[in-house]
Amino acid sequence: MHDRKVVRRRRAVLGLLVACALILLTAYFGEGAGGGLHSIQRGALAVFSPIESVASDAVKPFRDLFGWFGDTFHAKGENKKLKKENAQLRSQVAALSGDLRTSKQLDKIAGLDGNANLGSMGPVDARVILASPTLWYSTVNINRGTGDGVHVDDPVINGDGLIGIVTKTVSDGAQVLLLTDPESGVSARMADTGIPGFVTTGSPGNPNDLLMTRIPRGVRPPKVGEMVVTAGTTLPAFPSQYPPRIPIGVVTKVDPDELDASQQVHIRPYANMHNLDVVQVLTKPSTRSTGPAA
Amino acid sequence: MIGQINVQLVVRLSILALVLVLVQLMFFAQVPVFGAIADLSPLVVMAVGLLCGPVTGAAMGFAIGLIVDTALLQTMGLTSLVLIAVGYLAGRYREVRDPQNPLAPIALGAGAAAISTIGYGLGQFLLGFNHPLSWLLVKQTLATIILDALLAVPVTALVRRWLTPVLPEDPRRRRRRAYTTGGLSPLHKA
Repeated sequence: MHDRKVVRRRRAVLGLLVACALILLTAYFGEGAGGGLHSIQRGALAVFSPIESVASDAVKPFRDLFGWFGDTFHAKGENKKLKKENAQLRSQVAALSGDLRTSKQLDKIAGLDGNANLGSMGPVDARVILASPTLWYSTVNINRGTGDGVHVDDPVINGDGLIGIVTKTVSDGAQVLLLTDPESGVSARMADTGIPGFVTTGSPGNPNDLLMTRIPRGVRPPKVGEMVVTAGTTLPAFPSQYPPRIPIGVVTKVDPDELDASQQVHIRPYANMHNLDVVQVLTKPSTRSTGPAA
Repeated sequence: MIGQINVQLVVRLSILALVLVLVQLMFFAQVPVFGAIADLSPLVVMAVGLLCGPVTGAAMGFAIGLIVDTALLQTMGLTSLVLIAVGYLAGRYREVRDPQNPLAPIALGAGAAAISTIGYGLGQFLLGFNHPLSWLLVKQTLATIILDALLAVPVTALVRRWLTPVLPEDPRRRRRRAYTTGGLSPLHKA
């Protein structure tokens, strides 16, 4: 009798917990961004963000140590790949340098004037304090929020290139949706040829494989090694909340069949989405979307 | 234990949950190991289930899932749902098999990680995730399962060390197949 009672209670508790989880799931999925559960999350983020920031600083030396071990393991393999990439880039630089001397317009395209543009967009330095452990979400939390001038839809970059966009904010923190998230999308163009497209995730869970889709038919096919930058255009077909000429990544694979059928090529982002630390939020919306219509 | 609340155990489990989430999100989630990211949440829930039984394991899974979803602004309830299954199944294993088997934490760690990652993926697809399943995602899922299986031994040992002082019964003294519900014990015949 006692065992049956225990089993009944155990099943009742299990059922209750599962029901609670399903109710939460249904309510969260059904409500809008201003709903109660979303508000609770934002409240928790506001309360714990300062604590997380301090704690993140405390564990940073250990993260760096482990990161160093990981980098050392990968260094050998990376070295060969980087040498090859370096050779490609050197040839690109050689090809571009002649044009650069004669064209101020190309100076801008090449990003030589980029720093000044970004500086006028209200950059705010931030640190990544939390990252999602699942393969399905690609978000990070940063330690700057509305109190620092950060707003929803502000683009986020780091020293390598574009990272993503701010999706949620509180006073002391914000959530950044990375380029590698399936919900993310950026209007882009080839830096050299101006061919437009739309960068989105290629393989969920793979931070090194993005797709540049919606490449117009009939244009010169992109080449492996070509740089992809943000387009910053406001054309309805390629809407963008990102400023122009921010480096996104490099073309890694061009399959003629795939290009013909799906109008897409594969690119690898410059930024290492699995190892983000210091980032910059561009907080001045008035200077966005001013890029050339490619 | 159902019906009685061990306050000390609840306090220790609460501290464990908070520390786990902080360490997981601020350290392990940002340190990829051979391309995989270790997910300690299912391992800790599995260890709690193994030490405290299915009800406590399931409750711990619900709580940790809730904290993770809240901290990361993810869809609330999905992580809880997956971790409830992990905690409950680990607790049931404790009741029907020998929890002192030295290979148990490894096997259960792999199982917990598999339930967590695959269950989470299924949940995402059911909620409208409309991207194709890539081979790389499968490889990363397998890498995470292997990594978690390796980490399960030290994680279980740490959780055991933390909880043993307040556990009502030392699991090391449990007999093999000690629990049955069908009245098969020889004592019933006496």
